[in-house]
Amino acid sequence: MATIKFVVDGKPVSVSADPSMPLLYALRNDLKLKNPHFGCGVAQCGACTVHLEGEPIRSCVTPLSAVKGRRVTTIYGLGTPEKPHPLQAAYVEEQVPQCGYCINGWIMTAAAFLEKNPRATEAQVREALAGLKCRCGTHVSILRAIKRAQAAMA
Amino acid sequence: MDITLSRRDFLKASGALIVSASMPGFVEPALAQAAATGRPPLVPEELDSWVAVLPDGRVSAFFGKMDMGQCLDVAIAQIVADELDVPFERVTVFMGDTATSCNQGGASGSTGIYEGARPLRNAAAEARRILVELASRKLGVPAGRLAVTDGVVASLDDASKRLSYAELIGGRHFNSKVEWNKKTGNAMDVKGRAKPKSPSEYKVVGKSFPRRDVAGKVYGTAPYVTDISVPGMLHARVIRPPRAACVAEKVDERSIRSVRGARVVREKGFLAVVAPKEWDAVRAAQMLKVQWSEAKDPFPPMEKLHDHIRAASTLKREEPVKKGDVEAAFKGAARVVEAEYEWPFQSHASMGPGCAVADVRKDGATVWTGSQKPHFGRDGVARLLGLPPEKVHAIWVMGPGSYGRNDAGDALMDATLLSKLTGKPVRVQGMRRDGMWDPKGPASVHRGRAALDASGKVIGYDFTSRGFSRVNIATNESDPRDSLAGMEVGMPPKPQVGFGVPAESYGFANKRLAWEVIPPLLARCSPLRTSHLRDPVGPEIHFSSEQFIDELAAATGEDPVAFRLRYLTAPRDIAAVKAVAEKSGWSPRPAARGPRAGELLTGRGIAYAQRGGTIVAVVAEIEVERKTGRIWGRKFTVAHDCGLIINPEGLRYTIEGNVVHGLSRTLFEEVRFDRNTVTSVDWLNYPIVEMQDAPETIQVVLINHPDIAPTGAGEPTIRCIPAAVANAFFDATGVRLRRAPLTPERVKAALASA
Repeated sequence: MATIKFVVDGKPVSVSADPSMPLLYALRNDLKLKNPHFGCGVAQCGACTVHLEGEPIRSCVTPLSAVKGRRVTTIYGLGTPEKPHPLQAAYVEEQVPQCGYCINGWIMTAAAFLEKNPRATEAQVREALAGLKCRCGTHVSILRAIKRAQAAMA
Repeated sequence: MDITLSRRDFLKASGALIVSASMPGFVEPALAQAAATGRPPLVPEELDSWVAVLPDGRVSAFFGKMDMGQCLDVAIAQIVADELDVPFERVTVFMGDTATSCNQGGASGSTGIYEGARPLRNAAAEARRILVELASRKLGVPAGRLAVTDGVVASLDDASKRLSYAELIGGRHFNSKVEWNKKTGNAMDVKGRAKPKSPSEYKVVGKSFPRRDVAGKVYGTAPYVTDISVPGMLHARVIRPPRAACVAEKVDERSIRSVRGARVVREKGFLAVVAPKEWDAVRAAQMLKVQWSEAKDPFPPMEKLHDHIRAASTLKREEPVKKGDVEAAFKGAARVVEAEYEWPFQSHASMGPGCAVADVRKDGATVWTGSQKPHFGRDGVARLLGLPPEKVHAIWVMGPGSYGRNDAGDALMDATLLSKLTGKPVRVQGMRRDGMWDPKGPASVHRGRAALDASGKVIGYDFTSRGFSRVNIATNESDPRDSLAGMEVGMPPKPQVGFGVPAESYGFANKRLAWEVIPPLLARCSPLRTSHLRDPVGPEIHFSSEQFIDELAAATGEDPVAFRLRYLTAPRDIAAVKAVAEKSGWSPRPAARGPRAGELLTGRGIAYAQRGGTIVAVVAEIEVERKTGRIWGRKFTVAHDCGLIINPEGLRYTIEGNVVHGLSRTLFEEVRFDRNTVTSVDWLNYPIVEMQDAPETIQVVLINHPDIAPTGAGEPTIRCIPAAVANAFFDATGVRLRRAPLTPERVKAALASA
């Protein structure tokens, strides 16, 4: 057991837990931030993605000890209905999610990528999103939403 | 009918229940209050079971199916709004809660609109009739001189004579009966004295209203079943055997001593660990030392699977389509064309492993489930606990996908059993490898034979599908014997037998469509047990039958579209095939171009099928990389006719999802196994489509038939995708791929041997 302090969505937090516990369990159970989802637990699907210092990471395999003193951003920190991230606004416009369990990973991964590559081509976007899974087959509308977000961000 | 319930009573009776749909945990007091305040019982023959008018004029519709992101609830709201003459925005649809809706079968067989909307439509029409009659009495105006606009009943002759629905009944019950057809599940229907509107009167149906669940999913506020938390809840992980047909012989409970609060729960063959903290349950599951019995090699070698299917005994054979004299046609044939196709076991491979929460008390139980059939799940929980169904409250909360009987139902039974055994609320979620215990889509072999006369005309047609039962495990969770937990505690399984035949209208004079089912590889607790996966047995049957039709076109030197049009008999089928050919810019040419040179080969292929009254035709345009064996399904064109269209945009997205899910199953998906167990335990060994392989374009032609009652869209398209791709592969390469999935290895091998 250890008490680990870090910052989530701009707020300082403190979690007392096994330092080897994956960050995902701290976010979901201790901090009640439910949107990063448990999909596979082995970093193969992306449903648990959050940003660590702006970089997308898979929180299901990131030990809590690794975020000590660092900045974590979840989808709640990315945007809200009142102040949406352009990707979120585009996802709503394009009606992207079906079951929606995977969507956190797609948005968080694309947000970090577009931050650095706002004018990425579709081929580059596809490559950047490799490894993410969606079982409902919403891929084509995800690409439409990303194009829409790119236009809004330009 | 004109009962007097105060607004407060109504909110207690109905409103609080509504709150419970989005706020799990507040339900039991509401139920008790409902009983106390005389709300009519939740039975199909009560109008109040279907529709309610709130004090502010908003309308609640109670739907016994549920939407998982395909716009179904929106479509239901549109239908109810039109029948009641209220604005769409005023209608809220509540679904998936056994305390607020009757058992309409849950999500099932693309029947959400086709069958699910019927009682809602009829109930809403009946409610409107009653409201108009009530207004007629109160206003002293004949019903025939009243009109309803935006939920206000007004005299056609004197605009000052008007009453809103809210004034007429808001917050009170109808207490009026409707006629129930005495069926439960998909076929449940009710009728009132009112006649629903004719499609020409629709104002809301047919328009693309946006979905209501999107924002919550995009901003992370929508609840999932995985998010449910009940005070005092324990977290559990079920320990399933590492090999099929094994049992725990020795469990070393001391091996998890170091994990705070963790303990072993065992009941016969059922084994789990529980702990107050989730991570502790996960760690305990990893640390628990179990001695398992020796494996018995229940499965054939994977490479021999289809030989096993061919050689196994036949449990049952049926010939649902039998026309003319097939044997005589083959005897008189100038030429016989034959081909055989193979399909693997496929997994639901949902985005996350199954999850459920159960709170079992002495006097009843509340369960939260992602199962797409929560009403049946309630019945199964009641059976497992030995309680009457009305003592069990099942609440559906969006799960990590669904698409048939995935592992959500097993999680529900696991959680129920664990809550009973521990006396506490229990949340169960699997780890990834547990998700691979889902009931599988059956593996199969399909054989087509056709007799041609000297002119090349098809005079005999014989198509047989042979495989594992699509219902070895039932399609719903109403009986715990169909769950892993039920079998592990010793309940005898109750396998059923069924498969299917192609759904088409080819008018071959002598025609036989048959199926044969073989025994399961393992009678109980099998990771290869089979059940419903999106469009059960549709993709595999039509992968084969629609490729075989293409093979016949090639054998007779005819263009695949022209060949289909020559033999199709149903006008809507013909129209769909013509529409997809036109939209995709199909240029006719004989089916076989023969082997072709080049590194990047392109081709197009068509497939068509019916499903439950819906007709779909698909053209796939693909690229094949000779060196890598990669197939890219670059462009798909879909012509889709499901009768009256309720919400065009919602329909379009649903079709797109079908295309991509179908492409995934065509190119990538195959459950791997060894002699003892399933070895596809995560996304590395059960790959699905990813973004690099998603199509560039999906174009959809929606064929609207306002005069034809709407049918389904959740599954029909997926059954056309495998054959459309395989036929395009043949067009591109001159080589047939008769075994799915069409992996790079198989592509390379097929091209090398061509």
